Amino acid sequence: MSQQKSGFIQSIANAMDYVAYSVLNGFLNFVHEVGSFCLFGFQSFRLLFTKPYRYGEIIKHMEFIGNQSVGIIALTSAFTGLALSFQIYLGFKTLNATDLVGPLVALAISRELGPVLTGLIVAARAGGAMAARLGTMRVNEQLDALDVMGVNTKQYLIGPRIIAAIFCMPLLTALFDFMAMVGSWFLCTKLVGLDHAVFMSKIKDAVQIHHIIEGLAKSAIFGIFFAVICTYKGYNTTGGAKGVGEATNRGVVISMVSIIIIDYFLMNIIRIFYVFTGISQ
Amino acid sequence: MSSQFSKEKYAIVLDDVKKTFDEKEFVLKGINLKIPRGSLTAIIGFSGTGKSVVLKHMLGLYKPTSGSVTVLGTDLSTLSSDNLTMFRCNYGVLFQSAALFDDMTVLENVCFPLEEHRRNLTKDQVLQIAQEKLRMVDLDPKHFHKLPSQISGGMQKRTGLARALALDPEILLYDEPTTGLDPILTEMVDDLILQTHRARPGTTSIMVSHDLNAAFRIADFIVMLDAGRVLLAGTADDFYKTDIELVRKFVDKGIKH
Repeated sequence: MSQQKSGFIQSIANAMDYVAYSVLNGFLNFVHEVGSFCLFGFQSFRLLFTKPYRYGEIIKHMEFIGNQSVGIIALTSAFTGLALSFQIYLGFKTLNATDLVGPLVALAISRELGPVLTGLIVAARAGGAMAARLGTMRVNEQLDALDVMGVNTKQYLIGPRIIAAIFCMPLLTALFDFMAMVGSWFLCTKLVGLDHAVFMSKIKDAVQIHHIIEGLAKSAIFGIFFAVICTYKGYNTTGGAKGVGEATNRGVVISMVSIIIIDYFLMNIIRIFYVFTGISQ
Repeated sequence: MSSQFSKEKYAIVLDDVKKTFDEKEFVLKGINLKIPRGSLTAIIGFSGTGKSVVLKHMLGLYKPTSGSVTVLGTDLSTLSSDNLTMFRCNYGVLFQSAALFDDMTVLENVCFPLEEHRRNLTKDQVLQIAQEKLRMVDLDPKHFHKLPSQISGGMQKRTGLARALALDPEILLYDEPTTGLDPILTEMVDDLILQTHRARPGTTSIMVSHDLNAAFRIADFIVMLDAGRVLLAGTADDFYKTDIELVRKFVDKGIKH
């Protein structure tokens, strides 16, 4: 009986060891991955300030990330504005507060939805393409070819993509904000019959310039994150076509999840900043 | 840099190079190798014996776990990351897949290393040199403005070789250049390697291959690896005369009489 008991205790101890080992191992792997990721981003960014400067590459990637995203951002933002306004209108109608639909939509779009949705859309479109492109270059030995040609691959391929994302994201977010408000204006004034002058004046009263800047600044930070995550995953691809698929998938998923999580922390940091500087929230 | 090391007898020296990726199993178990300057050396062996790992050590893409790799008199471990990047201008590499940049034309692929490292050259001069290199590898000018996906495998290899030659490197490396090619194309690539080597006296060429016929036909010096060690290094005659059983087996099965 006592032998059975000690065997049972032993198996529990083994199971606990296994769980502790797995948790610790997982944590160490996570720390290692985050460390490698930060180092990768920092090195790529630092190398941009060393010769030869890659202006041409930056412009090329800005065209890809920015210009080629204009259509999709304009379309999705206009419909976001329409849908959001209609839902808020339905809710506020019961409270007899439909005049507040415009300002509420404007604040929600400029401070949260604009940067976050732009980040998610661009991460999926451009981030996925970045990871797939670099992953393909890795498995086809093109990155090795650049290395042995004496070309710094991080400086040539990664840095320009990060810079392009930082510059393009605020511009795309501004476009998102504008088009979403056009959608909102169209719904409120043309479809549900709210007064144009009231709609505009209420927005002017509620929305301050720092609300818009806050959103644009956040979007630039989202740009850094998705560009570094997707290029990191693509750059470190292993294992042929399957590896490229996995790298692209992971790059996009991690970028999207990160954008949503980071948004919460940025919101709190910005709130603290407002409190310290005395800016009205 | 090239003149500084011109007195060196050996272009590449590997001194007791050991390599492990997982700290358990060693892929290279103490490689000692001296590649004579100006020679055409073939590194042969069965699959998984560490040929490509040796090549990547020579290029500085891998750092040895222990031991040293000296190229043109410079111990690669003493170079910083940036200096190593610049040092690699001494190499030209033809990859197994040619590794051409698929968003650039054939001509742009060859211009690329020149634009990166010969910034004093005008655009016309760069184009002139690139066209000369492409003609050197017998590529028809009508293909110069095509993308790599629009030309055949043999033409891609020629373009890859022209790109490797663009900076007039001191060391040319060929990583399994004929793997996956048909016999006619294989012979063409082998001839191209030999022709390129002869046309550039003083250049050290190293070919990693499991194609024994090619190694015996074109190489001055052959190195056979097995299980992460050098099994035999010498001339083709040394390989025919050896008593090492594994080498004999490899030679008997690999050579088409």
